[in-house]
Amino acid sequence: MFRRLEEDAGRAPVRFRFEGREIEAYEGDTLAAALAAAGALSLRDTPVSGAPRAPYCMMGVCFDCLVEVDGRKNCQACMTVVEPGMEVRRQTGGDGAEA
Amino acid sequence: MTADYDLAIIGAGPAGLAAAGLAAELGLTVALLDEQERPGGQIYRAIETVGASRPLAAKALGPDYERGRGLVDAMRAARVDYLPGAVVWNVSRELAVNFSRQGGSREIRARHVLVATGAMERPVPVPGWTRPGVMTVGALQIMLKTSGLVADGRVVLAGSGPLLLLLASQYVEAGAPPAAVVETVPRARYVEALAHLPKALRAAGYLAKGVRLMRTLARAGVPVYRGASDLSVEGGERATGLAFRQGGRERRVEADLVALHQGVVPNQQITRLLGCNHVFDDGQRCFRPVLDDWFATSLDGVSVAGDGGGIGGAVAAEHAGRVAVCGIAHRLGALSEPERDARAAPSRAALDRDLAVRPFLETLYRPPREVLEPADDVLVCRCEEVTAGAVRGAAALGCPGPNQAKSFLRCGMGPCQGRVCGPVVSEIIADALGSDPGAVGYYRIRPPLKPLTLGELAALDTDTESGAA
Repeated sequence: MFRRLEEDAGRAPVRFRFEGREIEAYEGDTLAAALAAAGALSLRDTPVSGAPRAPYCMMGVCFDCLVEVDGRKNCQACMTVVEPGMEVRRQTGGDGAEA
Repeated sequence: MTADYDLAIIGAGPAGLAAAGLAAELGLTVALLDEQERPGGQIYRAIETVGASRPLAAKALGPDYERGRGLVDAMRAARVDYLPGAVVWNVSRELAVNFSRQGGSREIRARHVLVATGAMERPVPVPGWTRPGVMTVGALQIMLKTSGLVADGRVVLAGSGPLLLLLASQYVEAGAPPAAVVETVPRARYVEALAHLPKALRAAGYLAKGVRLMRTLARAGVPVYRGASDLSVEGGERATGLAFRQGGRERRVEADLVALHQGVVPNQQITRLLGCNHVFDDGQRCFRPVLDDWFATSLDGVSVAGDGGGIGGAVAAEHAGRVAVCGIAHRLGALSEPERDARAAPSRAALDRDLAVRPFLETLYRPPREVLEPADDVLVCRCEEVTAGAVRGAAALGCPGPNQAKSFLRCGMGPCQGRVCGPVVSEIIADALGSDPGAVGYYRIRPPLKPLTLGELAALDTDTESGAA
């Protein structure tokens, strides 16, 4: 789906988990970018129809990349920088994402 | 009320960076708040990290991107309280700025606020645009900048605007040429835009760059479908192709990823929240705050510089940031009127020169009607899954504007708070009522601008004794 253009010598690897699966990313990656690089695009199901959604804007505007991070819902994957050991889950249902 | 800073700048893109540097030089105390962890905005995103550690990405991004380095270095060297990772969730008319940062919330008060929150991509509501495997062209560029990622497989870029061609060419340079570029500019537009060419020649660098980008695509053998219309993303739970019409024929290209783009529009969240006056700009086909010659809004103490005040691009944003600061410094008593005028003159001249290309670009890349007012079955509100037809229905039932449609349909009420559907909903209602978006208006924007947890709110540290005022 996405590939890294080059090995990045300057940045340390960071391991986290997505839906129980271990993902290796680089320091400074956002969750959305790290997951896209690992082939995971669909990050949530909509509360209304249950349709799958993936990151769309990558800059914090569209909120289509909402995930659950360490039990906390409604985290924007494109605005969250990966940290070692994060437990990330797809977000389903409408709990509390209302404005 | 005591202020913590003379000037609070929101946004560390080209406008905010240039403004911060100059304001500090003029002796103002400056806070620069930015949502990202590193300065540069979207246009110069990751500029501090990309060069040294990712030479291939830096090369693909090209020399115009490099321009951001000087701006960032100057800001770093200036006496500026730079607050990265600060998510602003409220700005009051009394100029208190609330933001979340590092798990807590804070408030700072300023004598003047400069909104430099830039642009966002215009929503491109075409059938299938919510499918995984559809992103914006800007999103692909952000991934290239921040993580050196390129989309694998067949990538189809569709729509119009300078960024469409730029990213296509950057993908070629990165060794990942797109499978196709599908451009929605009708042939007649080229003729129409010619009228603005003489003026555009004052900023001939942009035209030369456009020609270079097209040559890069041609040399790489990237198929470019011009004059396309009726775009539709095909697939099930994933995008598998893009269908469109061209020259009276139905066409289809296979795609693993479809990236859409129809130019950018000002991010109005903060100026709307503050109740600043806005106007619908027909040339740019978007709302923008009403600004005076010094980029001051209708609300005393609030200015806007850069694309958030109307689309001018990254270089214009820089110049506008400096002009705005001259005006602010005068208002705060740090520059006399003649000093202000003299200080701003070179930036103002550069700004005028740079903006000369805009009428040409605005005419050439005016978004097509199918994007402004999509067909009935197309989702316009991605959050609450409200279709264009439902919005039209609400207008037919007597909804005079977006706020009434919002209470009928919930459009604009999801987590993005109308950022994405706002421009489309105003257009659809205006069209349905035979009016124009300026007359039907836009969503009312309320705090918090971004969802925040009760914990963050409870931890609000106002830092000043004036909280009870």
